[in-house]
Amino acid sequence: MADKIEGTEALRSVPALLRRNATAYANAPAYREKEYGIWQSWTWAQTADEVEALALGLLNLGVAEGDFVAIIGRNRPYLYWSIVAAQMVGAVPVPLYQDASAEEMEFVLGHCGARFVVVADQEQVDKVIEIQEGLHQFEHMIYLDPRGLRKYDHSHLHQFSHVQEQGRAARDEYSAELARRQAGKGYDDTCVMLYTSGTTGKPKGVVLSNRNIIETAKNSAEFDHLRADDEVLAYLPMAWVGDFIFSIGQAYWTGFCVNCPESPETMMTDLREIAPSYYFAPPRVFETQLTSIMIRMEDAGSIKKKLFHHFMGHARKVGPRILDGEPVGLLDRLHYKLGEALVFGPLKNTLGFSKVRVGYTAGEAIGPEIFDFYRSLGINLKQLYGQTEASVFITQQPDGQVRSDTVGVPSPGVEIRIAESGEVFYRSPGVFVEYYKNAESTADTKDAEGWVATGDAGFIEESTGHLRIIDRAKDVGAMADGAMFAPKYVENKLKFYPNILEAVVFGAGRDRCCAFINIDLTAVGNWAERNNIAYASYQELAGHSRVLDMIQAHIEEVNVSVAQDEMLSGCQVHRFLVLHKELDADDGELTRTRKVRRKIIGEKFGDLVEALYDGSGSIYTETEVTYEDGRKGKITATLEIRDAKVMPVAPKAMAAE
Amino acid sequence: MKDTEGYVTADGRQIGGVLMEMKNITLKFGGVVAIKDISFDIREGEVRAIIGPNGAGKSSMLNIISGFYTPSEGEVWYKGAKRPPMKPFEVARQGVARTFQNIALFEGMTVLDNVMTGRLTHMNAGIASQALWWGKARDEEIANREKVEEVIDFLEIQSIRKTPVGRLPYGLKKRVELARALAAEPSILLLDEPMAGMNVEEKEDMSRFILDVNDEFGTTIALIEHDMGVVMDISDRVVVMDYGKKIGDGTPDEVRSNQDVIDAYLGVQH
Repeated sequence: MADKIEGTEALRSVPALLRRNATAYANAPAYREKEYGIWQSWTWAQTADEVEALALGLLNLGVAEGDFVAIIGRNRPYLYWSIVAAQMVGAVPVPLYQDASAEEMEFVLGHCGARFVVVADQEQVDKVIEIQEGLHQFEHMIYLDPRGLRKYDHSHLHQFSHVQEQGRAARDEYSAELARRQAGKGYDDTCVMLYTSGTTGKPKGVVLSNRNIIETAKNSAEFDHLRADDEVLAYLPMAWVGDFIFSIGQAYWTGFCVNCPESPETMMTDLREIAPSYYFAPPRVFETQLTSIMIRMEDAGSIKKKLFHHFMGHARKVGPRILDGEPVGLLDRLHYKLGEALVFGPLKNTLGFSKVRVGYTAGEAIGPEIFDFYRSLGINLKQLYGQTEASVFITQQPDGQVRSDTVGVPSPGVEIRIAESGEVFYRSPGVFVEYYKNAESTADTKDAEGWVATGDAGFIEESTGHLRIIDRAKDVGAMADGAMFAPKYVENKLKFYPNILEAVVFGAGRDRCCAFINIDLTAVGNWAERNNIAYASYQELAGHSRVLDMIQAHIEEVNVSVAQDEMLSGCQVHRFLVLHKELDADDGELTRTRKVRRKIIGEKFGDLVEALYDGSGSIYTETEVTYEDGRKGKITATLEIRDAKVMPVAPKAMAAE
Repeated sequence: MKDTEGYVTADGRQIGGVLMEMKNITLKFGGVVAIKDISFDIREGEVRAIIGPNGAGKSSMLNIISGFYTPSEGEVWYKGAKRPPMKPFEVARQGVARTFQNIALFEGMTVLDNVMTGRLTHMNAGIASQALWWGKARDEEIANREKVEEVIDFLEIQSIRKTPVGRLPYGLKKRVELARALAAEPSILLLDEPMAGMNVEEKEDMSRFILDVNDEFGTTIALIEHDMGVVMDISDRVVVMDYGKKIGDGTPDEVRSNQDVIDAYLGVQH
């Protein structure tokens, strides 16, 4: 259907897709948001009307073509409309992470020179006011929720609904101009600018064109047969490219409905009520859910527990095979059906996964046990590999070819090349235009023929054609004896244990590997409760000797499994410590998308790294922490350092022979 | 200051005329004089605090305002008229809502149902209609639910909407109580030690909500509180009581520099 429309009308921008949807799916829901306890909804026709009113309002405020309009807040229909309205008037929308600190925001707003900012509430208004001194181009701010803002100086501050009202009132005056600006938009003009979270250095503004977004949305929607009656829950940060592709690109291309939760705390309830058919979550969300299911099953009655374990055991055996359409015996199928009625069905319903037709996880490696758990329930969970510079998709797993250790085959339209260094390169219609105001980085990343370096090392499996990622190319190094060092590989193995939230492995240029561990407070806290271990704080629990015993056992198991890999057997963890604080994005230790910033952690906890290598049994340390409101404090701790048993490694000479 | 004239607060809010006036109130329990000849007024749109050491008669005063006690002597004037002795529910109907020092919620009911009870004074469908949930009762419930949801949204308790109150931590229960009082859309909101037993963060949240309620809905607020820091930060005018007598009345700054108040709080050398 989409192809036919393409023939009659050029669909070369998001506003153009909106116009099509307003006619083709006029009365179908485009957006829903739970507010006042009820799912409020807007049809595509209503959405087009709201967006147009806002666009006229923006013209009224003086938004010029090529201006940058920053958008800050949680997922709400109004903010999505702001993105499209900005595109309508020829401006460039720049969504920002809402939990960014004022300094981070100042950098981004200053870098793109945003003249207009659309924000959700008082908190964000305050942040922007705090930094506006340093922003020379900033002029007007539009806010959604008027609460607490009555007394603010409104000379540069406007309420969202008023901007729309003024836009509607000035329709006659500006509609010609609006039509002119929309007609002027080409396929290669900028659609959106997204800032990468940056595991190293300052964020970079990735410029994506209409072609990037629409071609990608079209290809990926066809790959997974997305339909106009699909439902998604938009709960991941709007500044993240994934949300832009799912909630704007694919939603506008296929015309499905985007549902926004009532608040971040109600996300799980809202997920259950909406029961999306197309769902995306980073591995962490799946891990947390699985942990909470397991904790609740521990507390359940004995009959329920037995039923659960019996049928889950069977599901692990045959569930994934049934999902992949492989032959499974009749008896096993009936057994599985019974499990579906008694256990899997109700469980999926509680989780909000009853209707999931296509589910994706990406961003990090997912533990095989976690992945298999969801697949054995009959949830079509798949992996994809992508990045902002590719408009998400590089590789993804087709239905029926799903495995936990690969990231799939090249997405439609994507070419993949593995360089001699092992780094993965790709070329696709989704490849970004440039890094804004950073020609040097652009040239470093993208060559003249359009090949982009991913920064990840990997290889393509001969037999299946699937891509496997080993680690960040930058992080893959050599140890003192020349053996290959791939920290992420070991960290992922560690993180697959529910008790371990984060792990950071050191070892580049050293004679052996050592690790920092972060415990998972929910899992370990529950374990402590069941074992009558009293603790008053995170720090105390993290330093408890029985917790250390448990972590040590996990590490030793991982060492056994690492030792089996010929290439990486040198990466076994010899010594470790459990950190006294949780690694946090507010302290700069993680990115906003919760990826470990290895170098910063290594520098910040330099004393601890030294202690790991100099053989001392414990170390006293002081750490500065940043609270949510920006105040700084200090925590001190004496950490115990333990040795873990390692497996003997076959001498190199024998392996080489 | 005249009764009908208002004043402008330090942060620039316009306060209206007198909404409620206590005239020479005395309250006796047998031979014990709990309150002795106290007069003060509460003006429209202000945050009015009543403070004092333990046993000063603050809660008794609040109970007089809410109609739970009838003063032995003196008069209560409300909206320009003298208030005859009334039952508490009649006072509530007139637009006076309150929260309690020791939380008084229905523990087994959900947050939503608890807050809905705050709308009781706005329901007048007959028993038959209520039982059949037909006609008037239904329309009323929908209208009331809408109002309740606004309050839930305002106090950010959406995530516990369907949670039984008994399972909530103390700080949240306090917030649910505030929600129930707010749902009544009162002209005067009485808060009996809203921050008692809270940690610093919860106190900050509660202060924020109290100020927001006053700001958004223009609700007049009278509160009793022990925490001097909080009171001085959020109220426009403060009445200070000690041993049933009024020893100070004015803006927080005036009260802070009042020698009688300092003596009452810090003690005097005899």
